[in-house]
Amino acid sequence: MIYAVFAPLLFAIFVPWISKFKDRIHTGTFVFIIPFIIFLYFVQFIGSDFNPIRQTVNWIPSLDMNLDFYLDGLSLLFVLLISGIGALVVLYSIFYLHKSEKLGHFYVFLLMFMTAMLGVVLSDNVFVLYAFWELTSISSFLLIGYWNFKERSRYGALKSMLITVFGGLSMLGGFIFLTIITGTTSVQAMIDQVDIILASEFLPLILIFILLGAFTKSAQFPFHIWLPDAMEAPTPVSAYLHSATMVKAGIFLIARFSPIFAGYEGFFIAVSLVGIITLCWGSYMAVRQTDLKGILAFSTISQLGMIMAMLGFGTQAAVFAAVFHILNHATFKGSLFMIAGIIDHETGTRDIRKLGGLLTLMPISFTLALFGTFSMAGVPFPFLNGFYSKELFFDATLGLEGVAWLAEAIPYLAVFGSIFTFVYSMYFLFGVFTGPKHLEQLPKKPHEAPFGMLISPIILVLGVILIGLFADKVNQPFLLHAAQAVNSGVEYHEVKFWHGFNLPLIMSLIVVAVGIILYLTRTKWNGIYNTLPGKLSFNRVYDWIVEKLDQYSTSITKTYMTGSLRTYMSLILGTTLIVTAIYMYITDGFAIDYSNLAEITTLEVAVVITIMIGAVATLYMNNNIAAILVTGIVGYGVSMLFVIYRAPDIALTQLVVETVSIAIFLLCFYHLPKLRKREEPVSTKLSNSFIAIGFGLLITLVGISAHSSNWYSSISEYFLENSYKLGGGDNVVNVILVDFRGLDTLFEITVLGIAALAVLALIKMQKKKGAK
Amino acid sequence: MTRPNNLILRTTTSLIAFLLLGFSIYLFFAGHNAPGGGFIGGLMTTGAILLLYMSYGINTVTKMLPINYIKLIPIGLLVAVATGAGSFLFEVPFLSHSFGYFHFPLFGEVELATAMLFDLGVYLTVVGVMMTIILTVADDQ
Repeated sequence: MIYAVFAPLLFAIFVPWISKFKDRIHTGTFVFIIPFIIFLYFVQFIGSDFNPIRQTVNWIPSLDMNLDFYLDGLSLLFVLLISGIGALVVLYSIFYLHKSEKLGHFYVFLLMFMTAMLGVVLSDNVFVLYAFWELTSISSFLLIGYWNFKERSRYGALKSMLITVFGGLSMLGGFIFLTIITGTTSVQAMIDQVDIILASEFLPLILIFILLGAFTKSAQFPFHIWLPDAMEAPTPVSAYLHSATMVKAGIFLIARFSPIFAGYEGFFIAVSLVGIITLCWGSYMAVRQTDLKGILAFSTISQLGMIMAMLGFGTQAAVFAAVFHILNHATFKGSLFMIAGIIDHETGTRDIRKLGGLLTLMPISFTLALFGTFSMAGVPFPFLNGFYSKELFFDATLGLEGVAWLAEAIPYLAVFGSIFTFVYSMYFLFGVFTGPKHLEQLPKKPHEAPFGMLISPIILVLGVILIGLFADKVNQPFLLHAAQAVNSGVEYHEVKFWHGFNLPLIMSLIVVAVGIILYLTRTKWNGIYNTLPGKLSFNRVYDWIVEKLDQYSTSITKTYMTGSLRTYMSLILGTTLIVTAIYMYITDGFAIDYSNLAEITTLEVAVVITIMIGAVATLYMNNNIAAILVTGIVGYGVSMLFVIYRAPDIALTQLVVETVSIAIFLLCFYHLPKLRKREEPVSTKLSNSFIAIGFGLLITLVGISAHSSNWYSSISEYFLENSYKLGGGDNVVNVILVDFRGLDTLFEITVLGIAALAVLALIKMQKKKGAK
Repeated sequence: MTRPNNLILRTTTSLIAFLLLGFSIYLFFAGHNAPGGGFIGGLMTTGAILLLYMSYGINTVTKMLPINYIKLIPIGLLVAVATGAGSFLFEVPFLSHSFGYFHFPLFGEVELATAMLFDLGVYLTVVGVMMTIILTVADDQ
């Protein structure tokens, strides 16, 4: 199984070499083999006696993160979709993409995506699942932006990236919670511990996190906005990622975790409500689109909403209908995307207003589109699989238990959404293939597509018909296992075309009847879209958020990154002041211990007062020399203090260093600007003095506080005793400097040396003005 | 530098500079047992040389003391590091010092310590650094 997952990625390594011969043989021909083999490998698991298979390969055992692949009915459904439709899409892309395109890039991204998607549906380990999940986001980003010279492609790619990664990250948060609560990283082991999870107080939070991940990925309301913009991708990508596979990753996630959350009412409310709103909004908006792929994108959104809603219901019938519809949707939506691509390819436009009357020119495409759209609309014919799952959907909406208002509203909303589904399906079909021809408006002269391009949609449409005709042949050995993986209580019940004149059938008939009326009178009520949504659109919200984030972060950064060192200094000191003061206040650091203080002598007082006068006077000096000399008072005063406190070495050093620094100051005179009074507003002066005085006070208090808290005895006793014995010297300071702590001295003289070389470099090696 | 007639300054300088040099060498050697040491000794030496520069001007002093102060910095650092690394020869940790008492003719009983070598490194570095900085800054137009 692990080979199946990583085969596409491994093969992707060779694609750049293969694509060198693309002029002779289309790269896709080789790529096609991979998903086809994977598909054949997984087909063998279909059967009534299927049992889950597990395979583990160690990755990071110490963190309990292993490549733990688990193949149950649900995973099997998805891997077959991924590999099967993957193979068809590659086949289709061979005829769709011209050899002048960057085929190497395309197939590398596509194979990367295939591995990611297979990994998502097969992983049992939540963190591995997350890793593959993000890989799908990245590869989808690359594929949407495949024509990166188009501005719309880049916009769409960025949008989908931002939204899906936002969801992915919140999903990771949910996974971390789950792992902490259950102590395991395996999904199946979590399902076994469902009681612990349901008892957890974090349950709503986990649910929100995971649902955010699923809703963003599966383009649920209001995160659906990235999907229409993702239609800038090449059509094979749209068919593959944005109808059959990636957008179902969120569905898969919900299905995978619904054994855990099904017992929680919030799950029912959130998933059903969001799903049904997405269904209605998506189908309502699809009618408004003029771009073929735009219609299909909103159609995908609405169909995903329908599946999501069924998973939210969680009843046996609903779960079965959901997995059934996952399969059905993949077949008809994949084929419709391919037909949209064919129309685009053969006529040069996807704008439905310019298209029309292609029926006689492209009869095969029309036939295929007919089956696809009718199946999508759920028209009651026995050979359309969409009808069966829609019927099951209506059946599932009836008699729901749970929150009463929601349960009662759902059937009406479902019918409402389905009516619009019918309308846009008809609009898609008849808008393109019937009506007046506008051949002169089309960039190309339309004609039927080459046969190779038609193979894939033909196979998919055959799937539509065969599943429709022999629904039980598919359901019993295959889909039942998938449904049981979601809800273990699902029992098999036969899908029949005619099951009596009951409520679901009436709902279907209402949908068809009202749908026909609405479609025929479309021009009359189309104006509604000007009031709802009118200018309301979540795209605007997204653009607004992105723009404002950009704007505000720029302006916030500009307020503190002024480039003025004064501002930075006051920020640094102010922050230090506030944080330290608060910390000292909390830890009772201001408690002062008055014992153990030495007596104050007159000499000390005199020196300190001199220093203080010097320090304060420095502030008011307007002349360079005066300022330096007054600063000297402070320096010499400090060396006096060292003398008083019996530190001859330090006093000497301080004296000489002070002199030398004054000398250097004087030497630099010529280059220094004249001191001048800065005219500053009162507020700046006030805040500066507040920070200065506050910081001085703080340091004083810290000093006093440090003196008051004498926890351990000093090490100096040791130095005093051993200076002569071990170091051979009476000057303890010197012995410490060169012997006990010689390393410090070594690096200090290194610092001095570096400083000297830096001065040398700055002055001697400066470039003349004007030089580069 | 301008050249006023500063005979008094030069005469006193030649006297004081050598007093200063002597004092700085005293400080350096006294360091182990009395206030002083490589750092302060080096600074004092710098002071003495600077005094010479100030009264005699750059050209004269450069002729008199043809020392490349920049080279003193690596030499000093090398001495200090070599002193430290020397302790490896005796299989003791870096910068372990040792000392002993030796009898010399003329000086009598003298204490010699490897720490003194280290201090010499400090001394040379400090002289080199200070002279480099001051001369560079002074030389700048």
